[in-house]
Amino acid sequence: MAKYIEMIRIRFLMMLAYRTNYYSGILIYSINIGAYYFLWSAIYGDKGEIEGLSVVQMTTYIAVAWMARAFYFNNIDREIAQEIKEGKVAVEFIRPYHYLTMKTMQGLGEGIFRLGFFSVPGMVIVSLIFPISFSATLSTWLFFMVSIIFSFIVNTQINLLTGVLTFFFFNNDGLIRAKRVVIDLFSGLLLPISFYPGWAQNFMDFLPFQAISYIPSMIFTDGFTQPEIWDALMFQVVWALLLIIPIQLLWVAAKKQLIVQGG
Amino acid sequence: MNNDHVIHVENLRKDFKSHSSRPGLKGAFRDLFNRNYSIISAVKDLSFDVKQGEMVGYIGENGAGKSTSIKMLTGILTPTNGEVMVNGMNPHKEREKFVRSIGVVFGQRSQLWWDIAVQESFKLLKKVYNVSDEDYDRHMNHVIESLDIGPLLDKPVRKLSLGQRMRCELAAALLHNPPLLFLDEPTIGLDVLVKLKIRNFLKEMNEKYKTTILLTTHDLTDIEALCDRVIMLDEGQIIYDGALKKLRSNWGEGKQIEFQFAEQQTKETLSPLLDELDSEWSEGKRKNVWVANVVNDENVISEVIGRVVAAHRITDIKIHEVSTEEIIRNIYEEGVIHGQIH
Repeated sequence: MAKYIEMIRIRFLMMLAYRTNYYSGILIYSINIGAYYFLWSAIYGDKGEIEGLSVVQMTTYIAVAWMARAFYFNNIDREIAQEIKEGKVAVEFIRPYHYLTMKTMQGLGEGIFRLGFFSVPGMVIVSLIFPISFSATLSTWLFFMVSIIFSFIVNTQINLLTGVLTFFFFNNDGLIRAKRVVIDLFSGLLLPISFYPGWAQNFMDFLPFQAISYIPSMIFTDGFTQPEIWDALMFQVVWALLLIIPIQLLWVAAKKQLIVQGG
Repeated sequence: MNNDHVIHVENLRKDFKSHSSRPGLKGAFRDLFNRNYSIISAVKDLSFDVKQGEMVGYIGENGAGKSTSIKMLTGILTPTNGEVMVNGMNPHKEREKFVRSIGVVFGQRSQLWWDIAVQESFKLLKKVYNVSDEDYDRHMNHVIESLDIGPLLDKPVRKLSLGQRMRCELAAALLHNPPLLFLDEPTIGLDVLVKLKIRNFLKEMNEKYKTTILLTTHDLTDIEALCDRVIMLDEGQIIYDGALKKLRSNWGEGKQIEFQFAEQQTKETLSPLLDELDSEWSEGKRKNVWVANVVNDENVISEVIGRVVAAHRITDIKIHEVSTEEIIRNIYEEGVIHGQIH
């Protein structure tokens, strides 16, 4: 276990090594939140609420969704693809650790770094500029914490899946890009799931994506009732467990057919 | 299996499925739907054993199957067929346990983390391999000193020169003091001084810990300096496995005596001098230079020089031994047969 915790520390150091990325990240996230804030204010106009969310709840939803994204989002699919393409994966195979677990830990290191140095201060700044309501109840905060841990897990699992597919396709930039759009759209980052037409909502209940962004954001904005929260958390747990199966299967197959590219 | 053997390989084989692209635009469209596959054997029925403490040079041309077989020995690739036992384990089956007992350096690939200081990489590897503080201090202080990398430890890897980086790579591979070390072209692109430093260090490790070393390289001086034994591969098969000395005596048995004559000579004027001596003239690279290829025998060498000097005036004379490089080139050009006759 010590080696995995050490990896988180290393990832911290790597994040610190590239400060420009860090500063530009803050800028990009602020622009996004600002843009969506003005867009939604225009859509709401003088309507009190749409689909059960008031305009303040909506702003909070957007802000939280983006700040949570800073935590769960990582590029490990791209990194895995890169390492496979450059043949660096060979080096990973001569280390006494589980490659995918190590990658997950790197993602976690990145996530914790961004949560501490990016999301929290960012949220403070955003709340000064835009009207955002923070829940007063402790239980909401606790549920939210549990929920974003699961969004990290589910998102990382999907990233691992796309990354490992590189073992079979050798070049899957297209797939990685498609996955990113699908997640942004279906996870509820850009638009809460409750805004989709009924048939689309039913369809998305069978997909893991809303576990990533919609659920934690709705919990944070008090958009869910207590039983709904429990259902939502169950949804996340079930998907976190289910996704282990295809990852494991693909991983075993990938190891068998591994060809180290580039000599 | 014999327990002295650190590496035991029997009938090892690796096939790759590769597709060949059809020519032209039309071909590219057809490739979208069905592709032509062909099976290529990178390694064919390899068998050899390596004892503890041996330093083995593993040589072959590009694409001879060196890297592929090293990857199978280190558990990165699964063999298509055959048996591999390294340190008493099957590398692929018990990967996580197995890799603790080996160290690997890929000359063309860094295993240090690019953006962070070398010492942070070491710290991570120390945790990864569960090396205790005492072991680390005792072993690594020595390694760091011998490789002279102390001043580099706080620099990020991307700021190191190739020679500096390679010394750090070597230290990283030895951090857990493995009994078996695989080096895949560790001296590629390095200058003579760094090469010497690395060679001396490897020799020292081998003497001190009886570390077994398997080394691939294109620089035969590495092999000459380090290895008693060479395994030579060609097209996925072993064409020579034995002592380097024997290779030299079988192949490089002759000597070349190079004469620079004062006047122009032809083969006709020189040939009679070598009668019944089992030697031959060949024309040298420069003007009026002729080379007598003779067997390595003191009587013959003296006789040839005596006769030539008595018959013609010379301005210079040199005696060459056939270099290992030349021997190996000959083997690849002439094939295996010659080596087997002797």
